[in-house]
Amino acid sequence: MGPELMSRFREQASRFGAEFITEKVTKVDFSARPFRVWIRDTEYKAQSIIVSTGAQSLMLGLPRETELIGHGVSTCATCDGFFFRGHEIAVVGGGDSAIEEASFLTKFASKVNLIVRRDVFRASKIMQERAMSNPKINVIWNSQVTELHGTETLSGVTLSNSVTGETTQLPVTGLFIAIGHRPNTDLFTGILDMEDTGYLVTVPGSSRTNIEGVFACGDVQDHTYRQAITAAGSGCMAAIDCERWLEAE
Amino acid sequence: MGANIVTLTSSTFDETVNSSTKPILVDFWAEWCGPCKMIAPILEQIASENGEDITIAKLNVDDYGDIAGRFSVMSIPTMILFDKGEPAKRMVGAVPKSRLLEELAEFLPSSR
Repeated sequence: MGPELMSRFREQASRFGAEFITEKVTKVDFSARPFRVWIRDTEYKAQSIIVSTGAQSLMLGLPRETELIGHGVSTCATCDGFFFRGHEIAVVGGGDSAIEEASFLTKFASKVNLIVRRDVFRASKIMQERAMSNPKINVIWNSQVTELHGTETLSGVTLSNSVTGETTQLPVTGLFIAIGHRPNTDLFTGILDMEDTGYLVTVPGSSRTNIEGVFACGDVQDHTYRQAITAAGSGCMAAIDCERWLEAE
Repeated sequence: MGANIVTLTSSTFDETVNSSTKPILVDFWAEWCGPCKMIAPILEQIASENGEDITIAKLNVDDYGDIAGRFSVMSIPTMILFDKGEPAKRMVGAVPKSRLLEELAEFLPSSR
């Protein structure tokens, strides 16, 4: 699994002398070398930088959504599925990852409602078949979650059907959101080249960005594959690109 | 797991939490939870750096689901801070160390 791979890579890097600072960078200045990076008031300088800020789950943007995270609303089926043993729950999304989460959750839940915005899946054919053939998965087409209910913990959601205009109540205790990801690139707006969707642009076949000495790897520059193994591979590319660049300088 | 971290079980939970003279932060976790592994080294650091003010404890939800259920834990990692036996603060998800320390600031008098 991805997380285990990550923790092993971390151990290995640490054995070879990497120092970890687990913080959110608040500002960068890539206009001159050494490049500068800030964590609030603390400044760090570097001759070269590899950006691997990843992507985060998109949320529905509903009132109370954030406060219900950990109380029924989740973005991580593998983390939280366990707590919904025997419950009726719902997954929002129509892509591969939504179906993957829904299938995984049938191990615990009594019933998994899969809420799809349109009348078709965005997912690959094989995943669609997996969803349709699983007796515990109930697909609800043309629907969007418009309200979350429950005081302390989630007790249900309101669904709105985009074709009939009808609203219905779905009494679920868990809502897993799998509607896609957004790259964490706000920090680099106007500094590094990015696509309209915010993903960083790298020179094809390399990890080079538009700024010499700044490299990018992983999900922050990849909206196609987004697998642990492709991210790890691109991380290796960035490390090699960076090392060669530093040696040549 | 670090030497400074207390491992809780169903049978030791109540006594440990109720009799603790210091506030005690309980990390509800499981082996299969990626974000739990991300936050584990941060909790170890806090245990050794702020041990004077706070006790860090871990409870495996796979093994002791009864305790997790009692506190309605529905997502992990969930960290609940117990002060004088009562839940005083609750945090969900892996967060950077600075954020965790900010959340815990009022319980860390020596670090001010």
